[in-house]
Amino acid sequence: MTLACATVSIATEGCRAVSDTADIAAARLPPEQVAANFADAHPPLTPHEALVEASRCYFCYDAPCMEACPTGIDIPGFIRKIATGNLRGSALTILEANIFGGSCARVCPTEILCEGACVRMAEEERPVRIGALQRRATDWLMEHEATPFARGAPTGRRVAVVGAGPAGLSCAHRLARHGHDVTVFEARPKPGGLNEYGIAAYKVPEDFAQREVAWLLAIGGIDIRHGQRLGRDFDLGTLRREYDAVFLGLGQAGVRALGVVGETLGGVRNAVDFIAELRQAHDKSAVSVGRRVVVIGGGNTAIDAATQSRRLGAEDVTIVYRRGPGEMSATHHEQEWAQTNGVRIRHHAAPHRLLAEGGHVSGIEFMRTKLDASGRAVPTGETFTLAADMVLKAVGQVFVADPLTADGSLLLATEDGRIAVDAQRRTSLPDVYAGGDCVAGVDLTVAAVQDGKIAAEAIHRQLMG
Amino acid sequence: MADLSTVFAGIRSPNPFWLASAPPTDKAYNVVRAFEAGWGGVVWKTLGEDPPIVNVSSRYGAISYNGVRVAGFNNIELITDRPLQVNLDEIRRVKREWPDRAVVVSLMVPCTEEAWKAILKPVEDTGCDGIELNFGCPHGMSERNMGAAVGQVPEYVEMVAAWCKQHSRMPVIVKLTPNITNILAPARAAKAGRADAVSLINTVTSITGVDLDRMSPEPVVDGQGTHGGYCGPAVKPIALHMVGDIARDMPGYPISGIGGIASWRDAAEFIALGAGTVQVCTAAMHHGFRIVEDMIDGLSNWMDAKGYRTLDDFRGAAVKNYVHWGDLNLNFKTLARIDQDLCIKCGLCHIACEDTSHQAIAARRVDGKRRYEVIDAECVGCNLCAHVCPVDGCISMVPQPSSLPRLVWGQHPNNPMRVREAAE
Repeated sequence: MTLACATVSIATEGCRAVSDTADIAAARLPPEQVAANFADAHPPLTPHEALVEASRCYFCYDAPCMEACPTGIDIPGFIRKIATGNLRGSALTILEANIFGGSCARVCPTEILCEGACVRMAEEERPVRIGALQRRATDWLMEHEATPFARGAPTGRRVAVVGAGPAGLSCAHRLARHGHDVTVFEARPKPGGLNEYGIAAYKVPEDFAQREVAWLLAIGGIDIRHGQRLGRDFDLGTLRREYDAVFLGLGQAGVRALGVVGETLGGVRNAVDFIAELRQAHDKSAVSVGRRVVVIGGGNTAIDAATQSRRLGAEDVTIVYRRGPGEMSATHHEQEWAQTNGVRIRHHAAPHRLLAEGGHVSGIEFMRTKLDASGRAVPTGETFTLAADMVLKAVGQVFVADPLTADGSLLLATEDGRIAVDAQRRTSLPDVYAGGDCVAGVDLTVAAVQDGKIAAEAIHRQLMG
Repeated sequence: MADLSTVFAGIRSPNPFWLASAPPTDKAYNVVRAFEAGWGGVVWKTLGEDPPIVNVSSRYGAISYNGVRVAGFNNIELITDRPLQVNLDEIRRVKREWPDRAVVVSLMVPCTEEAWKAILKPVEDTGCDGIELNFGCPHGMSERNMGAAVGQVPEYVEMVAAWCKQHSRMPVIVKLTPNITNILAPARAAKAGRADAVSLINTVTSITGVDLDRMSPEPVVDGQGTHGGYCGPAVKPIALHMVGDIARDMPGYPISGIGGIASWRDAAEFIALGAGTVQVCTAAMHHGFRIVEDMIDGLSNWMDAKGYRTLDDFRGAAVKNYVHWGDLNLNFKTLARIDQDLCIKCGLCHIACEDTSHQAIAARRVDGKRRYEVIDAECVGCNLCAHVCPVDGCISMVPQPSSLPRLVWGQHPNNPMRVREAAE
């Protein structure tokens, strides 16, 4: 694969330069190459592969994998059903615990969850491919059945869900099963949340996120209203008056800044915006990327932005992280994936100054860091410079509480800058629940799904109690 | 290097690995390929009277177990479907070209002296090393009063064996069917008929499965199925038992072991239970003739490691330890031991013991980590946990020291017969 697109050849290859020095362009690779680069990164198991893999499962008693799954899927149970050819039963075992079993099969960092806990890790460091098997079962069901779940007998109760991401829709689906009417308010034009906007395209290709949501909504009783932003188009007080209960699945609307000079220069972008643009682009080769890209951050957002830059044809992509590989929130597996894609990862360096030419970023000066006794990165005083046409910021997302204020004060309690909830996902307001990335905890799709599920059961008990 | 050469009922072969009478030995082409690969001998696929029988299309069924193919195998093929003279000509040619290999010819004709007498002469004229009487085929031929229909009646076995000994000078091997109650009856009958050896087991009457869409037993022939003969790895335990019974009951009587032999280790087990040669079919049909290379090599290396120079050095060595249940020591005690460093926390030992045995393995959490521990007082030493544990060497069954003398059922206080004997 040739990733080079030298300045000279831009005109003939139809690339678009935005300045004399900054080389940011679309169509760095032939469209068919880009299409191949953004196809399913991990294709599904064939039926035979699935059978052989399922046969590797020991059907453990008190299985560690199950305990490691935030949604508590009966993993040995669903795998055994694949082995016996009971794919419908297998899928229902999964979906009963996790209605987003299809996308979790694709995006879960299984190496730190179920597969990391698989007893075969202790035996041979080669876990059963639980994620791939989960995909086998859930894909089968989605292909064969419009919806295996029926809406419960109407209760006449109405619940508002804010945010059509995994947390909100997990909650909505469970509420619909209990017979409640659910209205979902979503600011974006499409449902799915980060599944639709925040995950690398090759992890959920072929519009999977939308197909999954459509399949999930087939249960009925869930009305999604798009273009409705909390704090702009409606407020919490109104929802509490008009609905019997409210679930907040707001996600994290804010993006952390680098906090260095030059952040508004041309060519400097938020990685999440770059990822969302790619996901929404029908023709990926129309998305512009720099020839030399520097991604700052250590999470999966940094990995997804950097790897996709390479797959768009960026010649030189470097992730720079202020601490070491063990401190990155991207898993070891994700780091290796980026490196296999030709991304260089540099550790122990923090951005110090963005360099500019003609209003556009031309490079970054980094300060080398070292860890202090408490594990924080502190500058050493030594610097180095990386040339860059494009800088993607992936230093973290933050929860924005503004929409939950009235007259300048917060309407509900927070904890560590996010909405505080109890074990039932209930906030400090008795009829308001919350889950997903807007509450404290691990920021994983699977955790958001569990939040929504738990909150829905709690809401149901509260409404029917 | 160990000497694998074999003399079985007077028949010489460079190694004990013979191909059983079956599709792999139906033609000169296959047999020559087998000899080129290194097989010590063949039993040519069963000859019968002309006109030849007709076989169905769709002949084999198989059991796949957890993705492993051909764990068990079944066939509804009959004896050779080629004219007698074609087979005889090929047998003569092959034996002439491969004089050091054993070429035994399997036979099955109607149960009359004339029929047997008629076929023995032309077969003997081929120069083959001996004959094997197919008294085992459980399908197709038995309905015509041949195969298992003969093997299931000891008197017929004796009678036909005697005819063959009377009308030919060739060594006679009687192939026994396992589809009987006690293998000793036909084995003793073969010996009484002066047969030189027995070979066993032939296939086990079976249906491999049912096609749930077509609602037909498998293999399916135009929407229908019939019972066939089961073989392959799944039948090895049945074969070992029957070989062992004959070896124990009829010391020194030559036995050719058949049934699920796929490796040198399988072969060594049969030989240790008294087999003089072993016959292989399913493993060759699954993987081709080259499997014999490892069989020869592996058996030889194992014998070298054990210090066995010839096959006779360990032949039948396990027979003396194959005893009746009543001869087992009831004061022997073994206990499960779990190597906690090897344990991968799958919990299979616990749930097997808890649900289906003696509640002798405790599931504990120590500092949040799973820990499975044997409760010695409850453990009866049944071996179940060691069998279900997926990790080699993790659970061992450890014999316990005992000051008690050897005690068998015949002397056990709980045995009412013993009490009566004492009273007398």
